[in-house]
Amino acid sequence: MAEPPAYARHREGTQPPYLYPDYASTVKRSPTRPLIRLEHTLSEITGPSFSSGWAGAEATDLTKQHKGEPLGERIIVTGRILDEDSRPIPNTLVELWQCNAAGRYHHPVDQHDAPLDPNFTGAGQAVTNADGRYRFVTIKPGAYPWRNAPNAWRPAHLHFGVYGGGFVTRLITQMYFPGDPLLQYDPIYQSTADEAARLRLIADYDPNLSEPEWALGYSFDMVLRGREATPFEAKAHGH
Amino acid sequence: MAIKLIPTPGQTVGPFFALGLDRPEWADMTRDNPQGERIVIEGQVRDGDGAPVPDAVIELWQANAAGRYNSPADDQTDKPIDPNFIGFGRAATDGQGRFTVATIKPGPVPGRGNALQAPHINVAFFARGLLKQLFTRIYFSDSAENAADPLLSGIDDNSVRDTLIARRGEGGVYRFDFVLQGKDETAFLDL
Repeated sequence: MAEPPAYARHREGTQPPYLYPDYASTVKRSPTRPLIRLEHTLSEITGPSFSSGWAGAEATDLTKQHKGEPLGERIIVTGRILDEDSRPIPNTLVELWQCNAAGRYHHPVDQHDAPLDPNFTGAGQAVTNADGRYRFVTIKPGAYPWRNAPNAWRPAHLHFGVYGGGFVTRLITQMYFPGDPLLQYDPIYQSTADEAARLRLIADYDPNLSEPEWALGYSFDMVLRGREATPFEAKAHGH
Repeated sequence: MAIKLIPTPGQTVGPFFALGLDRPEWADMTRDNPQGERIVIEGQVRDGDGAPVPDAVIELWQANAAGRYNSPADDQTDKPIDPNFIGFGRAATDGQGRFTVATIKPGPVPGRGNALQAPHINVAFFARGLLKQLFTRIYFSDSAENAADPLLSGIDDNSVRDTLIARRGEGGVYRFDFVLQGKDETAFLDL
């Protein structure tokens, strides 16, 4: 039987480590034993498919989930889900959650002294189209303090979860905004050593996506693991 | 050859993921009445101090009772797809770090070469304090296939191997704890 086509391993430094003491919560939550390397089988290369709609209806406009309009700077965030070989990934679920414009999450654990917005929950989901594209309308989240270190503030960010085609392509990440002065102080952002990889986390402002008199546009592609090159493919490319 | 793009780095789910990820109905993978033996897996997540982890979320991916994944990448056409089984679940921990999942016992699936893999559930584990997911697997204490499973049989230390095996208790309830650090640290996988 032919071996299933494996997904490529991440290159050194292009993902954050488990233990990163500048992010204090990693100290007691990161594994201390070496991980056990497993070559991919059907279990790793298969993954859930979302084309059947079981994950529920799309919810792509976070500004229209309540009676009134949320406060804050209205933004459009759109991009494509791609693999390492720039192939778009259609029909995959994109989940989004975020705090409101004041920097407060609609979550009981969040006790930051900033107002909740009765017109903003901060959760959405989309399924990518044939080009691997998703699009959300929301408001720009605020920065907020956290207790990682004295006077530590998280840069404004959106949380994104994406699946891709296999169990091992699953990605949960955060999107940041260009020019945010907090990024240089943020250990979560800084935890990835490779600068080019880190820059993947910052959206581009795109004036062509902005809509006049209405909303600012940001472009944010997410890149998932691609297939390991097989000897056959390498040969084909050589010709 | 085209230049490869660098994959997007993972970033922690943080403490507020329930806002976007909490879907209690996904913790019942039997909700569409699939074929197979109904089981429940319950357990607790603990950190390096032995303290419960109340902000973790576990994602599960498994084959159906016949050993086929509900995925276009599974080409085992000799086994049936169960249209009532997606095979994907998710459960968040409660204030005491506990979780419960209802599912069916998966069938064995082929491994590499001519090997057969014992029934297992693939787990992606996320939490505040984890910058990216941890991977592991849940095997079952009453599976005869465990002895020949390539992953389990490749782990020499019994105490490490046992961290991957859910223990069957009364009424089809299995116990599986996630220990992030320390003496009983769960065996996590490099996938």
